[in-house]
Order: sequence, then structure tokens, then C-alpha cells
Amino acid sequence: MSPDTIIQATNVAKWYGAFQVLKDINLTVRKGERIVICGPSGSGKSTLIRCFNRLEAHQEGDITVTGVVLHDKMRNVASVRRNVGMVFQHFNLFPHMTVLMNCMVGPMWIKGIKPEAAKKTALQFLERVRIPDQANKFPVQLSGGQQQRVAIARSLCMQPAVMLFDEPTSALDPEMVSEVLETMTSLARDGMTMVCVTHEMGFARAVADRVIFMNSGQIIEEGKPHDFFTNPQHERTKLFLSQILKH
Amino acid sequence: MLYPDTVESEVIVHKPWFITAMFAAILACFLALNLTGTTMGELMRPVIGDPVQSGFYGRFAIAFTIAVIFCLNVVLIGFAPLKLQIAIVWLELLLLFLAFFETFHLSLPFIREKLPFMITQGVVTTLYVSAISIVIASAIAILGAVAKLSTNGFAYAIATFYTSFFRGLPLLMQVYLIYLGLPQLGFVIDAVPAGILALSLCYGAYMTEIFRSGIQSIDRGQWEASRSMGFGFGLTMRKVILPQALPVIIPPTGNQFISMLKDSSLVSVIGVWELMFLARTLGQKTFQHMEMLISAAMLYWIMSICLELIQSRIEHHYARSKVR
Repeated sequence: MSPDTIIQATNVAKWYGAFQVLKDINLTVRKGERIVICGPSGSGKSTLIRCFNRLEAHQEGDITVTGVVLHDKMRNVASVRRNVGMVFQHFNLFPHMTVLMNCMVGPMWIKGIKPEAAKKTALQFLERVRIPDQANKFPVQLSGGQQQRVAIARSLCMQPAVMLFDEPTSALDPEMVSEVLETMTSLARDGMTMVCVTHEMGFARAVADRVIFMNSGQIIEEGKPHDFFTNPQHERTKLFLSQILKH
Repeated sequence: MLYPDTVESEVIVHKPWFITAMFAAILACFLALNLTGTTMGELMRPVIGDPVQSGFYGRFAIAFTIAVIFCLNVVLIGFAPLKLQIAIVWLELLLLFLAFFETFHLSLPFIREKLPFMITQGVVTTLYVSAISIVIASAIAILGAVAKLSTNGFAYAIATFYTSFFRGLPLLMQVYLIYLGLPQLGFVIDAVPAGILALSLCYGAYMTEIFRSGIQSIDRGQWEASRSMGFGFGLTMRKVILPQALPVIIPPTGNQFISMLKDSSLVSVIGVWELMFLARTLGQKTFQHMEMLISAAMLYWIMSICLELIQSRIEHHYARSKVR
């Protein structure tokens, strides 16, 4: 494994009861790479990235994240998780804390950073997602797009080695999708390693280094965005793209 | 209050059919109850003559008067704005209760003489026994809830056994079991600690369920977000889940506290000098039981009202972060 590998998955398989959600997944994410995973719903793409910070456990194969092998007997999953940022479909901000506190608690409680320093970092990242003026509001007072950008800032405050995005725009009004995508694009330009599960094909085309297409638990196609969109190989991919790009 | 419709609804108490039905019901009710021998009959003497001699005419006159007054009262209150309606009805019900107590011919000087001691000894004991118990019960409830939600077999078994046992036995029996049973094991325990222990254990069992459902009401996403940032179980629980569960937990916990305040009267059986104990003993010498029982009842009620007010203040406080 080369030193700049951030995530390596080999022969990963996972079952929910008798139902196999992931089948023989092989994937390598290198430092600075932007990967978009797409596919029909139920294809296992969310499950896959949730395995990368062990919100879900895989049953077979190996997943190595920032040099640590994820397995059942892990005493300290937290040490991996603090290096892996995650942005959820439903934001999952802490509703009882202000926006600023949402961004401060991670560094304060996990890294033991002093409140003043944490506040400085938090404000810096809120600036980065362009909402420093909302710092003292509560999440419910913000629009969906703003909440998602706070969620991105919250993850960035932990200064992760890789960011996982789990359908970050699926719960947003159409108007707010673009502001979140812009934030993600600018993050990508700054060289953040990103794995995004998304249906935003425009984003994939513009930003991704590789697009991965999953269907019923398998990676069935993988390629550069240009090749992927103009010359898909697999029948299922063609069908998916024709459906999603029809309108 | 329910979410009100914007359509103006008609006032039901002003509808002729409702008034007629109400009038008929009350008339029938008081015709059946013969009130000629009561204060009511005395008040009607100028109209019906000697109440005892008046027969059916007297009964009818009394029932008719009561029905007229009642209906007029309801119709008039129907015109008042909501807050005034609530205040008037409260006041009237209170006056009716006082009138009911009045019929016992209570000795007010006796009450006045005993009341200070009932407050300084009885109310204070009741309050501190309840307050200490609710604190311990809350602590037990958090532990119990976490244990009930855990995947640890021992913790789950102990917690479910505990809640099953203490919810399944009458509190009175628990008080006896602890006070009389623990000395069998070599721990001689005073009445007050025994009472506090019984109340804490019993209410801890009920509150375990409240805390458990409160914790479960929090969205899974909060756990996922916390985990994804590397928070451990304790940190997530203390800083993320419990603070959000509190607004869910507090209203039923307030209920439990009010209920405990009154159930603390059960520890009077082991001789703790709380309000109920004093109510039973102070009147015994002079056979003035009713005076003391009613005074104690009023004191319990006042304490409960105070707690209700405090509870609504706290609920109001927690509602703030949900306001847009």
C-alpha cells in the first residue's frame, strides 16, 4: 500500500441478515482524490461510505483508513473517526447548540483544544463556508442549505484527512443545492480528499477524478467523468444515466 | 391547547337545545335529591314556608331555583373572554369546595393553633423527603435507562428485574419491606432514610421508563453525527443525547414529582413526622380529625400547585430553542 493511500477497501462484503448489501468491493482512495459514487437507490453506496468510518460494520474483506485496519475488536474506533469527516443527508447538526458551538465541540472534546483556539478555528471555517454572521444562531433558525454548510464546517474543524459526503444535497430545496455544491467544489479545489455519494451529475462531471457506479451492492463501472458520461460501458449504467439525465 | 381551527365556532353554551337539556338535567337531578332539610331549604323559607312541611312543592321550588341560577351562570360565563372564563370557573369551583368543607363545622381556632407546627414540621419534612427522593430517583433512572438500552446482558437483566419488581409492588409494601426487612440483614435503618430509599427506588423504576423513552426519542442521526466526530458513548450521552431528551423527559418527571409529594404520605406508616402523620395524630386527642385532614389536604394541594407552576416554567424554558 502506497503511503498516500487514504482509504483502501479489498474484497469487502456485508449482509443485512440474509440480504447481501455489499459484494466484493475493491476501492482505493488516494490523498487529494475526489471520488463520486452514484447508482440507483438501494445499490449500497451509502452503506459503503458508512463502512469507511465504521458507522456500519462490514463482515468480510478489509478496510484500511489512514493506515488503520477497521475490524470488530477495535478498541479505539474514535481515533479513525476523528480523521474522517462525514456530512449527512439530514445534516444532523446538534440542535441544542449554536452554530458556533456545533463547530467548536469536536476539537474541544476530542482534541482537547482550548475554547478560544477552537472558536478561532470554528469562525475561520464558518468564514470558509460563507456564513460567519450566523455563528450565534441555532440550527433551526437557518435554511437547509446553510445548515448543510455548517455541517461541512463542523467536520472541517476536526481537520480530517478525508471527507465523506452521504447524499449531502438530497434533502435540500433545489435553490439551496447549488450553494452547498459550490462549497464542496471549492473544498475540492483546495485539495481535500473527498468521497461523495450524490446524484448531482454536474458536480461529478466538474469535480470528480473518478466516478464509481454501483448496482445491487457491486461496483460495476469506474472511470474518469468524461469517459463515464460520454461512453458508459455497462448496460445498467447507460440506463441509469439516461434516466437521470432525461429531464 | 389543541391546534385551533380558524373557522369561528358557535358557542355551545348559548344554543337553546343545550341550555334546555342542561336545565332539565339539573332540575331532574335536584328533584331526585331532597334538599328541603338542608341549608338550601332554610334559604328558601320565605318562598316555600316551613321546608319540612313543604313537600313536593318545596322540592320543586328548590330544584327550579338551583337550575335557573346554574344555567344563568353558565350562559353569562359563555360571554366572557377565555381567560376570564377560566378564572371565574376556577373561583366558583373553589367556592363550592369551601362550602362543602364549611358543612363539617370546622373549628378554625384549632386549625390556627396547629397550622404553624404542621408547616414547620410536616410540610418541611414532606418537601425534603420528596426532594431528596426525586434527585436519587432521577440518578437511578438515568442509570436504569442506559442499562435497559445497553447490549450488556447483566445490565439489561438487572435493570429489567429492578423496574419489574419496584413497579409491581405497592409502594406501601416497599416501605414496610425496607424499614422492617433491612434490619433482618443487619442494617438497622432510621425511618426517614428508609422512607427516602423506598420512594427513590419506586419512583426510580417508573422514571427509568420515562428516561428510556426520552433517550429513544432522539433521532438516530444525532448518534451518527457524534460517532462520526469521534465522540465516545459517555460524551455523546451527556452532551448530545440527554440535553435533547430533557424537554421530553421533564413534563412526565414533573408529574412524577407531584405524585411523589403525595405518595410520601405513605412513609407516615413508619412514623416519619411528615404532613400526613401529623394530620392523623394532631387531631386524635380532641377527636378533631376533620380539621387536621382538611388542613393537610389544602397544604398538599398548595404544594402541588407550586410544583405545577415550576414545571410549566421549566417547560417554557426548554421550548425556547425550538422557536424559529
